[in-house]
Amino acid sequence: MNAHLAIAPILAPFLAGVLLLALRDLPMPLRRWFALCALLAQVGIAIMLLAAVAGGEILVYRLGNWPAPWGIVLVADRLAAWMVLITTLLALVALIHASDGTDRKGRHFHVLFQMQLFGLTGAFLTGDLFNLFVFFEILLISSYGLMLHGGGAARTRAGLHYVVLNLLGSTVFLFAAGLIYASLGSLNMADLAAKAASVAPENLGLARAGGLLLLAVFALKAALLPLHLWLPATYANTSAPVAALFAIMTKVGAYAILRTSTLVFGDGAGALAGLFEPWLLPAALATLVVGMLGALAATSLGRLAAWLVVSSVGTLLIAFALAQPGGVGTVNAAGIAAGLYYLPHGTFAAALLFLLAEALRRRRPASADAFASDADVARYALWGGVFFVAAVAAAGLPPLSGFVGKFLILQAAAGQPWVWAVILVSALAGVIALARAGSRLFFSATSADAAAPPLPLNEPSSATRELVAIGGLLGLIFALTLGAGPVVEFTRVTALQLADPAAYIAAVLGTEGVAR
Amino acid sequence: MNLLLAVLTPFLGAALVALAARRGRALAAWSAGAVAALALLLLLPAMAASFGGVTTIQRLPWIPTAGLDLAFRLDGLGLLFALLILGIGLLVILYAHYYLSLEDSLGRLYAYLLLFMGSMLGVVLSENLIQLLVFWELTSLSSFLLIAYWRRREAARRGARMALVLTGGGGLALLAGFLLLGEIVGSYELTSVLASGDILRAHPLYMPTLLLVLLGAFTKSAQFPFHFWLPHAMAAPTPVSAYLHSATMVKAGVFLLARLFPALSGTPEWTWLVGGVGLATLLVGAVIALFKHDLKGLLAYSTISHLGLITALFGIGTPLAAVAGVFHIINHAIFKAGLFMAAGIIDHECGTRDMRRISGLWKAMPHTATLAMVSAAAMAGVPLANGFLSKEMFFAEVVTASGKLPFGWLLPVLVTVAGVFAVAYSLRFIHDVFFGNEPTDLPRTPHEPPRWMKVPVEILVVLCLLVGIFPAQTVAPLLTVAAAAVLQGPLPEHNLALWHGVNPALWMSMIALAGGVLLYFGRKPLFTLHDRVEGRLDARAIFERLLEDALLRTARRFTAAVDTGSLQRQAALFIVSALVLGGSGLLLAPSPLSGTRALLPVDGVSLMAALALVFATLAATALHRQRLTALILIGAVGLVVALVFVKFSAPDLALTQLSVEVVTIILLLLALYFLPQETPAEPSASRRWRDGAIALVAGSGATMLAWAVMTRPVDSIAGWFLENSVTGGGGTNVVNVILVDFRGFDTFGEITVLAIAALGIFALLENLRLPAPTHDAQGRVWDADLHPLIMATFARLLLPLALLVSAFILLRGHNLPGGGFIAGLITAVALIMQYLANGVAWTHTRLPAQTHPLIAAGLLLALLTGAASWLFGRPFLTSAFGHAGLPWIGHWIGEFELASAMAFDLGVYLVVVGASLLILINLGLAHRASTPVGARVKEARN
Repeated sequence: MNAHLAIAPILAPFLAGVLLLALRDLPMPLRRWFALCALLAQVGIAIMLLAAVAGGEILVYRLGNWPAPWGIVLVADRLAAWMVLITTLLALVALIHASDGTDRKGRHFHVLFQMQLFGLTGAFLTGDLFNLFVFFEILLISSYGLMLHGGGAARTRAGLHYVVLNLLGSTVFLFAAGLIYASLGSLNMADLAAKAASVAPENLGLARAGGLLLLAVFALKAALLPLHLWLPATYANTSAPVAALFAIMTKVGAYAILRTSTLVFGDGAGALAGLFEPWLLPAALATLVVGMLGALAATSLGRLAAWLVVSSVGTLLIAFALAQPGGVGTVNAAGIAAGLYYLPHGTFAAALLFLLAEALRRRRPASADAFASDADVARYALWGGVFFVAAVAAAGLPPLSGFVGKFLILQAAAGQPWVWAVILVSALAGVIALARAGSRLFFSATSADAAAPPLPLNEPSSATRELVAIGGLLGLIFALTLGAGPVVEFTRVTALQLADPAAYIAAVLGTEGVAR
Repeated sequence: MNLLLAVLTPFLGAALVALAARRGRALAAWSAGAVAALALLLLLPAMAASFGGVTTIQRLPWIPTAGLDLAFRLDGLGLLFALLILGIGLLVILYAHYYLSLEDSLGRLYAYLLLFMGSMLGVVLSENLIQLLVFWELTSLSSFLLIAYWRRREAARRGARMALVLTGGGGLALLAGFLLLGEIVGSYELTSVLASGDILRAHPLYMPTLLLVLLGAFTKSAQFPFHFWLPHAMAAPTPVSAYLHSATMVKAGVFLLARLFPALSGTPEWTWLVGGVGLATLLVGAVIALFKHDLKGLLAYSTISHLGLITALFGIGTPLAAVAGVFHIINHAIFKAGLFMAAGIIDHECGTRDMRRISGLWKAMPHTATLAMVSAAAMAGVPLANGFLSKEMFFAEVVTASGKLPFGWLLPVLVTVAGVFAVAYSLRFIHDVFFGNEPTDLPRTPHEPPRWMKVPVEILVVLCLLVGIFPAQTVAPLLTVAAAAVLQGPLPEHNLALWHGVNPALWMSMIALAGGVLLYFGRKPLFTLHDRVEGRLDARAIFERLLEDALLRTARRFTAAVDTGSLQRQAALFIVSALVLGGSGLLLAPSPLSGTRALLPVDGVSLMAALALVFATLAATALHRQRLTALILIGAVGLVVALVFVKFSAPDLALTQLSVEVVTIILLLLALYFLPQETPAEPSASRRWRDGAIALVAGSGATMLAWAVMTRPVDSIAGWFLENSVTGGGGTNVVNVILVDFRGFDTFGEITVLAIAALGIFALLENLRLPAPTHDAQGRVWDADLHPLIMATFARLLLPLALLVSAFILLRGHNLPGGGFIAGLITAVALIMQYLANGVAWTHTRLPAQTHPLIAAGLLLALLTGAASWLFGRPFLTSAFGHAGLPWIGHWIGEFELASAMAFDLGVYLVVVGASLLILINLGLAHRASTPVGARVKEARN
């Protein structure tokens, strides 16, 4: 099994998805149990993978037993394993929440869900640029299916925008891959890294254009300014568990930016080193600001959560884009480490807010998740407490992991007062937005007599599943906080591994040397 | 780990108390009291040690790599504050039990109070600065909950938000300040920071550090100009005001000044900033307090003024001033908490806090009146009460400091003016409330409160007097250790006594007392003046205008202007971004656009094909509003592209392109059937020009890139594939070997995409009911003969042939043009023909094979083929091939090749057939779903 550990996270959801498709006539409870067991197995696999690479080993899986750079390789390093673990944990929570009846509202929810995971894990593990394109397609098409799940006019409209924009993105990806192949002669990322330094001067323009077009595609996926507009509409209009799962989707873009900027366009890339650098930090800072403005302008919790996803992408990419303090090289390992700690936090906190918005929609027949006071406040008094914790997490206030993440990012950004100012002022804007939201939602101005009758629950046990899902996310955030010591240590060594890609390149291309 | 436990106790206790409150109010109060007492008990050993000058430091690792540990510290200053927090906390718990009405949830109040207590303990007992900040922000959060305790009241909600925004925002500045401190010192530990005063003061970043730290301290301690949140926080229940907004939380700011005194003080910047702000706050607070009609409003501004006094003392910066500052922290906490509680009793008994309505309460509640008077005397700085002593020290320090400054004489004058106002408002508090005519229109009839409600006030009043009369015997030891901890060095000579002889400070006190009395009795003209100016400069209005109007409106306008939900805009933004990025990449590099390859001669056929391509593209653009025409033209583009593939010897690509083209066009035609025949026109000419310009630039960019790529020789890994196709992959068709073997994993992914797309479309269309049009755009009726006989007959004849061809193409694929993808498309086209010619229902009854199992089987086959290599210890998708002959008939067909990749290709085939059919059938059925035929077919659809 260990020999195939690097591919297991990809094939497990694929197998589960295909079996769920074949067994589509089984009663729903059985399919749910099957999906849940499959996901638990995937969490187990992700943990095993993380354990296998935590010591710094890089697992290379040569598909079809073809040598790199000709065949496709999967590469599991610390970063890939970390992303896979975060994804499966988030998916587990989303799946439990979806099992409360959301999955009945359309066809093939569980198949699409597993295929989405297939795409996500594949994107994190592949070591080949074109294969990354393929997994982006899988991601896109299954997320489109999931996004539309349950139907409705607003959802279909937002879905159309989502898919059209992303197909444009795919087209540009093909341009980028073509240019990079034409100029560097390879698609294997380690091979590209090895060849980047010695790119012929007459091909430099093509390579740069290809790299920057890649950045455009990844920025679209990550919802980086000015390509962020698809996100609020998409996330706010889909069902809650899907929105929760989508919290990791923007991180795929961020991951791809991080991977290419450290591996292919890292410090060893000669004339191509730091290709993204002039663009990334300004765009990330602007994204954070605009995301917070959107959060301030939001009039419902779902939209607020969606805009906070935008701003958390901004924060994350600020961390990844931070310049080296001493000016030596372009990769700031401390910033990357801080970002990699902040990444799961931002993901879980956003998912938590999406699930909370749904909890309110179910209990407030009159005003749903809009920021209006509601006479039914007594019925969801408990949720006020949950919201408070979620808001503290989302705003990055102490003592939860969001604060730790922001603290680490600020620490890594020492000597860059602009970055500090933007992060801190945005944090204040986040506090304002969330405090307004909370006091409008939970501090009622109307009396309890006017309460409307409660909505019927999806299924008799749905409240329990909802609680388990939300409790799970809270638990993950608490675990990140309490376990910050080991987690930060892990992200620190992960960042060091990224900052020095020599081991990665050697592992992929083998010891016999770099192919020319 | 006593310190950690003591800090955690209130947090854990909060949950416990919330539970206990369900069993009655008394139990809630007792359990809350027990929690506070337990925390005190846990601190006792360290407290005792601190009296011996021992600083207890305990630590637990948290995030060692970031310099963040859980580190706690109890020294004299921590001891003093811990005593205040827990001692006054206990009194407030007792008081709140009687204060809160039966409708209000006592458990919730206690739980929040304990959360605050734990946070505040954390602030004063932190050794690590970042950890201090964590607790600092927690006090802001818990105070938000406490101020908003009466959630239905608008004032409470606004007050809570304002406090959170200001103190929370200040906390963020403080975070930046602490980070800078850590950068400079190299550690976040207080022990190191306090020892690094000289390094800090000499560092170029001293000024920003100081400003950021002070921003945090000033917002928290309600210093001018951030003072205005405190009066609005008075919307909280009075026990909360007594606890947070007089004794503890607002002291966090001055605590921080005291804590960092050795590290940051001693520079002109410190003196001017801290001293100046403190002095301004002292004056502003004292003046405004006099004019407040609300009892709690008066106390709030008086608190602001006293906090200013303490700040000013630390600003003066001499050791003796710091001692006086610490002393006033103690005294103010004692008398102000008592005053708030007294105000709460009056409010509780009268039903109002408006001093214009309350008067002559002396008769109704003489006991309370006495208590209030002693506390008010302390507030005014009347001898024998504790406030007098520290105020005298303040006056003395001001006089000393004034000698070193230009215009120094102004200082004692201003300070005395503040003293005059302090006496006046204290007098007003007492005289307006307890003396004068008996009240007439109070909501309730006042009488003495329950016995135990007065006990906390009595304790505080006794302390007031004890400290005031016997300072050396009571407070001196505590003050000594606390001040020593502030200074981190030897204490200056100081004398805690009632009588220091006749000196300038005494004169200032006298003037303040006499002036205050005069001011109070001659206040009428001042009040008229104040009523005229009031409202002109309302800090809250400014704050809300800034926040609500400026910030929120900007946010709303900006977001509404940018986020219009227009797909065109988003697409334009993306394309322009790609252009800018790609363009900068290409043009900013010193590379030539054209490569070195010689250009091929242009032949007639290619020229014609290119012209046809250009013409079809232009025509499709020009006619894009007529959807059917545009679709046909796009089909023409696709065909020319297929021909180009043929010309450049890529038969596989040509075959694929052709069959994809056919299937796509049929699907698009089906979709167009439900859509309007014409696309609506673009709204404006400027928009068309914009889009046209973007399209032109994008097209030119793509052309340039294509030109650049095609004119240069490619040095790539492609050669290896040609060399290894037969030997390694067992096939002579390199394209197919790449697809199913070298890069089989890509294909594995792509067939999954196809399968998911089909499932997604199925899910989308399943319940879709679309009205089928009966007429076309020109008003002609759709053909009555839906399934012409000739087409039906030919389609049926064609089916077996087409299937045979597809089987042939599937099998030869590994060595000659063909393969699973093309074969699947051919099969799909043949089957689609049946549907088109005979109708979906007819075909369905004769073709019972379902499409879902087909897709599942295809994917599973691909997966199993890939996984089979595991049995041989090889990675996923490792291929094997060999040659075999069949028994019996072998000598007719000879030996043939078997490759595992062919099974994989069969999986591809199955998925392609299943997915195309699934999409097609469901699109075709979309308008029939509501008809009876549709209902029958629906059963068969999945």
